[in-house]
Amino acid sequence: MTTNADTEARDAWPLFEVFVRGKRGLNHVHVGSLHAADERMALTNARDLYTRRNEGVSIWVVRSSHIHASTPSEKDPFFAPSGDKVYRHPTFYEIPDDVPHI
Amino acid sequence: MVHTGGVAERTVGRELVAVHAQQQQFDETIARDQRIEPRDWMPDGYRSTLVRQIAQHAHSEIIGMQPEGEWITRAPSLRRKAILYAKVQDEAGHGLYLYSAAETLGADRADLTLRLIEGRQKYSSIFNYPTPTFADVGVIGWFVDGAAICNQVPLCRCSYGPYARAMVRICKEESFHQRQGYELLLTMMRGTEAQRRMVQGAVDRWWWPSLMMFGPPDGDSPNSVRSMAWKIKRHSNDELRQRFVDMTVPQAQRLGVTLPDPELRWNGERGRHDFGTPDWSELQRVISGDGPCNEERIARRRAAHQEGAWVREAATAYAAKQAARQGERQKQEVAA
Repeated sequence: MTTNADTEARDAWPLFEVFVRGKRGLNHVHVGSLHAADERMALTNARDLYTRRNEGVSIWVVRSSHIHASTPSEKDPFFAPSGDKVYRHPTFYEIPDDVPHI
Repeated sequence: MVHTGGVAERTVGRELVAVHAQQQQFDETIARDQRIEPRDWMPDGYRSTLVRQIAQHAHSEIIGMQPEGEWITRAPSLRRKAILYAKVQDEAGHGLYLYSAAETLGADRADLTLRLIEGRQKYSSIFNYPTPTFADVGVIGWFVDGAAICNQVPLCRCSYGPYARAMVRICKEESFHQRQGYELLLTMMRGTEAQRRMVQGAVDRWWWPSLMMFGPPDGDSPNSVRSMAWKIKRHSNDELRQRFVDMTVPQAQRLGVTLPDPELRWNGERGRHDFGTPDWSELQRVISGDGPCNEERIARRRAAHQEGAWVREAATAYAAKQAARQGERQKQEVAA
């Protein structure tokens, strides 16, 4: 019972990822996704879907196809450069107990 | 020829080793109680089990708008109308969170909708029962949303990240659903004798179907073991059903209604309630399509989808036109 127009509409509506700023002072955080015909519709739908109870003061929507991601594996060599640099952490340095405020 | 075969065998061998390593990493992630995320490798069975479960869950939310939605225009006060409207809107929202989670596994949302309206995917049997009185709205909030909370709270710790995160949002909202239902019933119980009878009637109608929401008894639930090993499911059907009974009995006493089960009584030894056995043949009938409202629910969903086709078409045309105009403007700016 699917019409041609329906098939076209379905194919044409891209997926958007939704990011919400919960309140001033916080980052936008990814909350989910939705389909919309364009950015404006994505914003209003995101408002209705993800902020029905004052969960946000600001929303970003981004076409999912515009997001570039690293590979998901925890053993990803992409993150190797930071793996062996223990000296970037404050606990690397031994300071005698009698030195105050450090 | 022999040589070519050898290369092929070595290739297959390497792939097997790779899959084995991925399987091991998957198992370790589950064992450490960490979450599987969308782009991680996962066994085909894990993926298909999740797609089926999340899709059924999403469909249940969407179909679940109907039994109560019928009362929006007939709600007894503006206050009740606003509450009911917000609740039904939440159900739509829950459906969309879940479709969104299913899509992270590679499912296509439009395809899931088609599967629902063509009867190829199921939804919770509970939504195939009718709502003849306004008291049914209250009892749905109290029982059905209460049962949903029992089911869904453990799903917040489900091993699949997007599903677990959707459940956290849903559980927060579900609490309002249960409380508005119970408050509605408290109000009716303070009313006339006819209203109290109406509440008891709705309790009698919904009690057993609500117990069936947790699915067949553990012995007849073949997929449960695997789902629990994968930490998709955290507790067995019977355990969740027991929790729901223990939670609901004191609420029923406070409300002043009788739960329609002569075998229901406190068992001091177990520290839990004993209760009767639901009519499992009824659950089978309703699941296989022969419930009181199955056809009506699917017909309504199908009609809504078809009647909305022109809206989707118009929005697509508008978006295309706006994009074309913006493209023109940019070209002119470049030329200028």
